Amino acid sequence: MLTASDLRKGLKIQIDGQPYVITHFEFSKPGKGQALYRCKMRNMITGNQFTQTYRSNEKFEKPSLEERKMQYLYNQGDEYHFMDTENFEQTFITKEQLGGNVSFLQDNMDLDVLFFDEKPIDVTLPIFVNLLVSIAEPWVKGDTSGSDTKPVTVETGFVLQVPPFVVEGDKIQIDTRTGGYVTRVKE
Amino acid sequence: MLDQKGLQLRAAFFRAIRNFFQDQGFLEVDTPIRQPLVIPEQNILHVPSGSHFLQSSPELYMKRLLAAGSEQIFQICRCFRYGERGRLHLEEFVMLEWYRLDADYTDLMADCEKLFCFLEAEIAECNFPVSLNKPWRRITVAQAFEQYCAMSVEQALEQDRFDLLLVEKIEPHLGSNRPAFLYDYPLELASLARPKENQPGNAERFELYMAGIELANGFSELTDSVLLRSRFEEEYLKMKDCPEKTHKIPELFLQELETIDSAAGIALGLDRLFMLLSGQNNLDAVVTFSPDDLDI
Repeated sequence: MLTASDLRKGLKIQIDGQPYVITHFEFSKPGKGQALYRCKMRNMITGNQFTQTYRSNEKFEKPSLEERKMQYLYNQGDEYHFMDTENFEQTFITKEQLGGNVSFLQDNMDLDVLFFDEKPIDVTLPIFVNLLVSIAEPWVKGDTSGSDTKPVTVETGFVLQVPPFVVEGDKIQIDTRTGGYVTRVKE
Repeated sequence: MLDQKGLQLRAAFFRAIRNFFQDQGFLEVDTPIRQPLVIPEQNILHVPSGSHFLQSSPELYMKRLLAAGSEQIFQICRCFRYGERGRLHLEEFVMLEWYRLDADYTDLMADCEKLFCFLEAEIAECNFPVSLNKPWRRITVAQAFEQYCAMSVEQALEQDRFDLLLVEKIEPHLGSNRPAFLYDYPLELASLARPKENQPGNAERFELYMAGIELANGFSELTDSVLLRSRFEEEYLKMKDCPEKTHKIPELFLQELETIDSAAGIALGLDRLFMLLSGQNNLDAVVTFSPDDLDI
């Protein structure tokens, strides 16, 4: 069991049998009053968000989440298919459930898939992924904007800022937590 | 961790506060931070320190100094409240308390107005989010519940929703154009405050707000030791899950307070005031070391 004082951003809790992740958290306590814990939460299955304020005496269950080693295969429309690398069973997760993670999925990528109640609901990506730069404009010297980066598009369609020397066909490493450029990769 | 500029500004802030109170004829005092027993408060968890507790407020000893003959005193000190951590909360924070003999809560409201205007005039980098032009707003707790929650305070208390409604529906409106005083609290929410004359259900207590953020809690002191003793006993009963419930009544405090006719005192969170003054919105950005800056 968890209590209200355990609540914090990123914590996963179970409400009415559904798993939620806390996306925003604020502690408040009016003068001489009770501690209040205001949480914005996202339902990990439906993606629905809601905000609720809890008091210190409230208790929560941990959702029974299980991680399985899987491999990303392909997408068919909004369905993203994965295969269990131990028993070769296949399953899919919707684009909506994957959210921003879609930007970093590569065919045959190994990752952890999060299951709730035997249903896949989310993935845990590797921290770093290497992706091919598919569109890069040449950098204009003497750019008056004063910025020392330029935007490029990678093979998944994701757009990010990179140093001027990156060109089309380069492989670059991206931090999946921030979506930021890390380095150019030599193959 | 504060940079050089931040350290300079924080030092200027403390200096200006001391200058203000000295100019107004207040004496700076210091009292024990480790206290063998604490004033019962059902919603405050104390941090143990050996056989003592770290203070959650210096009020007990400030009031004993009044009883012993001081007339205007102030103190800037560290206070500790276990489990209070957030954008506007630190478990260890800096409190400013000041006390006046022969005064009531309206005198303290006037002090607040003068203090803030003094800081704005004194500190060049002062950047309060609202205007300090007088008059500051004064709204009773009863008015606030009627206006923002469409219910009476009594209803809110009955439904055990007072704190929730205060935080979610009322506080965001307080002090949005200039600072605001929320005053006259239900007696049951002001165990150390004097009942208001002609309104026995209310206590002479107020909270000061700026930009929706609570800065200070002040009240006219209850000095009737019989009444105080029964308030303490009621408060102990409410602390049913609290490990401090075995605390004794502070007898010396009750005895000495009895000798005071009237007095008023206020506690103001200096880190929050400094945060607003420096245009920040997070306490961690304005304290010398935030909890995340420490080795653990």
